[in-house]
Amino acid sequence: MGVIYVLLTISIVVAIIFFVAFIFSIRNGQYDDVYTPSVRMLFEDELIKENNEQSSATPKTKQS
Amino acid sequence: MTQSTCFHCGNNCDKTVINFAHKTFCCNGCKTVYEFFSSHDLSDYYDLQSAPGAIPKEIEGKYDYLDNPDIAEKLIEFSDQNTQIITLYIPHIHCSSCIWILENLHKLKPGISSSQVNFPKKTVRITLNSEKTTLKEVVILMNSIGYEPYISLDDYTSTPKNNNHQLLYKLGIAGFAFGNVMFLSFPEYFEVSEYWLEKYKHLFRWLMFAFSLPVVFYAAQEYFISAYKGLRSKLLNIDIPIALGILVLFIRSSVEIIFDLGTGFFDSLTGLVFFLLVGKFFQQKTYSFLSFERDYKSYFPIAVTRVSKKNDKEESIQVYHIKKGDRLLIRNEELIPVDGILIEGDAQIDYSFVTGESDLVAKQSGDKLFAGGKQLNGAILIEALKSVEQSYLTQLWSNDVFSKNKTSSFTNLTDTISKYFTIIILCIAFIATSYWLIADSSKAMNVFTAVLIIACPCALALARPFALGNMLRIFGKNRFYLKNADVIEQLSKVNTLIFDKTGTITSNKKNKIEYHGKPLSKKEEALLKSTLRASNHPLSRSLYQILEDHDILTLDEYQEYLGKGIEARSAQDSIKIGSQNFIKNSNGTNALNTTVHVNANDQYKGHYVFYNQYRKGVKELFETLSKNYRLSILSGDNEGEKRHLEQLLPKNTNLLFNQKPDDKLEYIKSLQNHDANVVMIGDGLNDAGALAQSDVGIAVSENVNVFSPACDAILDASVFQNINHYLTISKRTMGIIKSSFILSFFYNSIGLYFAVTGQLSPVIAAILMPLSSISVVIYVTVLTNILSKKVSIKTNERSY
Repeated sequence: MGVIYVLLTISIVVAIIFFVAFIFSIRNGQYDDVYTPSVRMLFEDELIKENNEQSSATPKTKQS
Repeated sequence: MTQSTCFHCGNNCDKTVINFAHKTFCCNGCKTVYEFFSSHDLSDYYDLQSAPGAIPKEIEGKYDYLDNPDIAEKLIEFSDQNTQIITLYIPHIHCSSCIWILENLHKLKPGISSSQVNFPKKTVRITLNSEKTTLKEVVILMNSIGYEPYISLDDYTSTPKNNNHQLLYKLGIAGFAFGNVMFLSFPEYFEVSEYWLEKYKHLFRWLMFAFSLPVVFYAAQEYFISAYKGLRSKLLNIDIPIALGILVLFIRSSVEIIFDLGTGFFDSLTGLVFFLLVGKFFQQKTYSFLSFERDYKSYFPIAVTRVSKKNDKEESIQVYHIKKGDRLLIRNEELIPVDGILIEGDAQIDYSFVTGESDLVAKQSGDKLFAGGKQLNGAILIEALKSVEQSYLTQLWSNDVFSKNKTSSFTNLTDTISKYFTIIILCIAFIATSYWLIADSSKAMNVFTAVLIIACPCALALARPFALGNMLRIFGKNRFYLKNADVIEQLSKVNTLIFDKTGTITSNKKNKIEYHGKPLSKKEEALLKSTLRASNHPLSRSLYQILEDHDILTLDEYQEYLGKGIEARSAQDSIKIGSQNFIKNSNGTNALNTTVHVNANDQYKGHYVFYNQYRKGVKELFETLSKNYRLSILSGDNEGEKRHLEQLLPKNTNLLFNQKPDDKLEYIKSLQNHDANVVMIGDGLNDAGALAQSDVGIAVSENVNVFSPACDAILDASVFQNINHYLTISKRTMGIIKSSFILSFFYNSIGLYFAVTGQLSPVIAAILMPLSSISVVIYVTVLTNILSKKVSIKTNERSY
């Protein structure tokens, strides 16, 4: 039944990995601003489109 | 002509419309920003949100001080060879377009390598290459696109704060340990005596012990510290029974596993700490875009232009370096940092920061100017009379009230109850133990610890944070922002309300205007209106608004005398509008009120009297409040409005005029010495002392994003008439908490039954602890939400 030691070790190691990930996420400042990233995420499309149309400097008339 | 709105800022283009690229703009500034953005391929700015912009302000020379290395060094967060990082506070940030444009700053200026917006805090963190650009250039760029950074003296003096993540770490550890311990203790709940379980249970138990160590010694640290502090100051606070419970839980569990007596209560121990920390976390709602700690430093500029007396050379100096006798150049829209004498220039000072009164005050050369005023009419030169700290306004902050911590001197409801609670629990523990010592001495220690464990007031400690935390969020949604949850409890105890007049019960924008004198003919009125149209003086603007529409006459002559009045002529008719002295009329008028006199064709006609416009619902509010509270008005103004106020407000309202900032503070102090719990409701910096001295200081603000003095709560002016509801609801919230205590006492008595009879097993503790906590949390959350429905209904009713 030595396998229970292996299982136990694995389960605790996995738990500790997640715990360490949590600590690092706090340190990185992920909890400092929980709003802006949700908005920023939606900008990617515009940025790509712009790169394609970089040649035209005239104001674009688009649907809002 | 149809009303058109500006494509950039959304204002009405009432005076001039600029058509450009099939779009309308209200001014050249807005048009330039649009042109600038579209030429850099950034016109998506307008797609994300319509009309997101602000009109850029003129800033000639305003940011010269950023070239001063000493000042720049204080503002820059990080500097390494070519890379500099700075965080700027930008009040205008309000929508997703703002985030987008500010994070694309690098497209507008090559020297900027990246920028990141923190929306809730309204800040942008910019990384720039100091070889390609300078801080000053970046700030000027931001200004030119309508995002003017706000740099104040506060940025200079305060050291960058480290974000406090302690609670998050603790919560993480407690949650992590709680989950794992639960998981490990599960097999033993069922007490199946299986072979494998018997074999491995020691390993399981020691693992649980290991998990509980960081919980007891790190996550629960605060409770021990607070209990120790409470004991030392002879105060039986709620943390004493909690700390005692945690300690007993840990010691008993450890003893049990060491001597192989049982499995211990590690699950309850970690669960208890986890729930308590969740409560603490929930209560800690902060409004990061608001600051409740501001003093004059947040209003004051960081630097000022000093003009050398010898050779007229201008240089930027730090405001703390201003010495008596220095000549200072105050540009348009700049704040006067010290008391001084006006040397040259037309001073039109806006003291609204200080007094809440927005009418401009005109000053002539040689007049004394007080610190805190904002110059609004071109540049002026002043001579400093004092240093910054000794100025009339800033001296207020040397008063002791500002160094005192308000919350420490206040005992909250849970602490009051826990005093009795702790004594009763200890009595029960000792009585039960002495009983068992006689009946069955082997069980005595077991019972003693069981009582202390089960009596650990988890539910009691959770009721208050959850009820108040929830109420805090509800108030926030109804535009009443509190500094912390304790303010609700303090509000519920209040019996005296003190209001400031200007800017608090009166609104800043609207004026009520009455005409006294001979009636004006149609022609004269038309001329009056046409003349006013040309003037930008605030009084002219408001008078222009109330006059009926007439044909616009072409003026043949027009002359504006600053601080005096206007003279105009159209065909044969001439008109003079302005102050009493300007019109040269000595008719006795009420000199206390703001008046504008009119003289047509050299004949005195009459005058317009400007009254303060009181906020909507003030009369009703005071009537309802006067039934339950003592009311006073403290005004820094003269008695000009006294008669008006007496008519408007209930008879028992105290009216006090000509109150200096210190007088207001002393008045509140004297009331408090007579057992009054005082709420001060004010707005300007001159109320700062009174706000700090009062039990609850509420700052009323037309726009909560702009600055309000240090206080306990910020109230949006649009919901001013709801103060009464907020007070009632605070009272009722405390009622809910009290009733939830009964519920938690009920759970405690069930637990105590098991404990006293010596039957407390880990399973019962593991069920009872979360059950009681969760049901109390649900109880208070549901009730406060029901209560809040009533607020929002009332708020809606009032707004129609």
